[in-house]
Amino acid sequence: MYFESFQAALTMDGHGTYVWTAYGVTLLVLTLLLVGPVQKKRRLLRELRGEYRRQEAQQASSSDRA
Amino acid sequence: MWTFFHKLGSPPWLFRIAGSLLRWLAPLTILALVVGLVWGLFFTAPDFRQGNSYRIMFIHVPAAIVALVGYYVMAIAGAVSLIWRMKMADVAMLAAAPVGAAFTFVALVTGAIWGKPTWGTWWVWDARITSVLILMFLYLGVIALYEAYEDKQAGARACAVLALVGTVNIPIIYKSVDWWYSLHQPASIKFFGDTTIHSSMLYPLLLCVSAFYALFACVTLANMRVEIMARERRTSWVKRLVASA
Repeated sequence: MYFESFQAALTMDGHGTYVWTAYGVTLLVLTLLLVGPVQKKRRLLRELRGEYRRQEAQQASSSDRA
Repeated sequence: MWTFFHKLGSPPWLFRIAGSLLRWLAPLTILALVVGLVWGLFFTAPDFRQGNSYRIMFIHVPAAIVALVGYYVMAIAGAVSLIWRMKMADVAMLAAAPVGAAFTFVALVTGAIWGKPTWGTWWVWDARITSVLILMFLYLGVIALYEAYEDKQAGARACAVLALVGTVNIPIIYKSVDWWYSLHQPASIKFFGDTTIHSSMLYPLLLCVSAFYALFACVTLANMRVEIMARERRTSWVKRLVASA
């Protein structure tokens, strides 16, 4: 560990604001990047489930008429 | 070799391989990222000229490298899609675009924040910074162009052409600090000749670069899986997958 205290790691001799802002923005972007496909997959699964259910219902009703 | 190429073009095979790759690559990536960043933030000595602000290097340099290499990945996928009409190649191209845009954004923002204490300014319109800004617009352009097309096949073809034309920008970015006068320093890690960075800073930096590469791969593969599922929604294997999920 280079820094002697938690306080020193926070301030970084006056550069703390810059360093922590840069790391904060980066972690935020990377988190959003990772969450993106997970959320997209969940939304797609829900969409496809509905689509398949509608198709089945349609097929069932058309075979009833026949 | 050709059987491998044919397999790559098969959606269910690619979907499955990407999935099994992600299962071990994703946790490894997170681990490398955490170790690399904590190492760079707390366990390295400050730079003798820049002080602690140089710690931004551990995110700025990897993000910039991957933003450049990611563009090649996208452009090569675009070329494969144009030449062999391989559908899975344009899935890869479109999956890489938002990831590359995000890394470029990170490189620009961290660069601006690093510039303030080091150069005394957030932004200058010099060759390096301007060409990286153009890189971000190219990524965003590919995404927007695809969205603009009703016919997705034609859209993918247009995106591939745009991506290929944009590759002109990559050597310009890479060489900009040597060709023009710039505030930006030239590269410290060289393919040829001595590396001018101390090993105590080099090792955590290399770890961060690897972690960012792996992250690019993870998110691109995950995006590809979702896109493959969406495109193959009429096939029985996707129907079975949805039923079992």
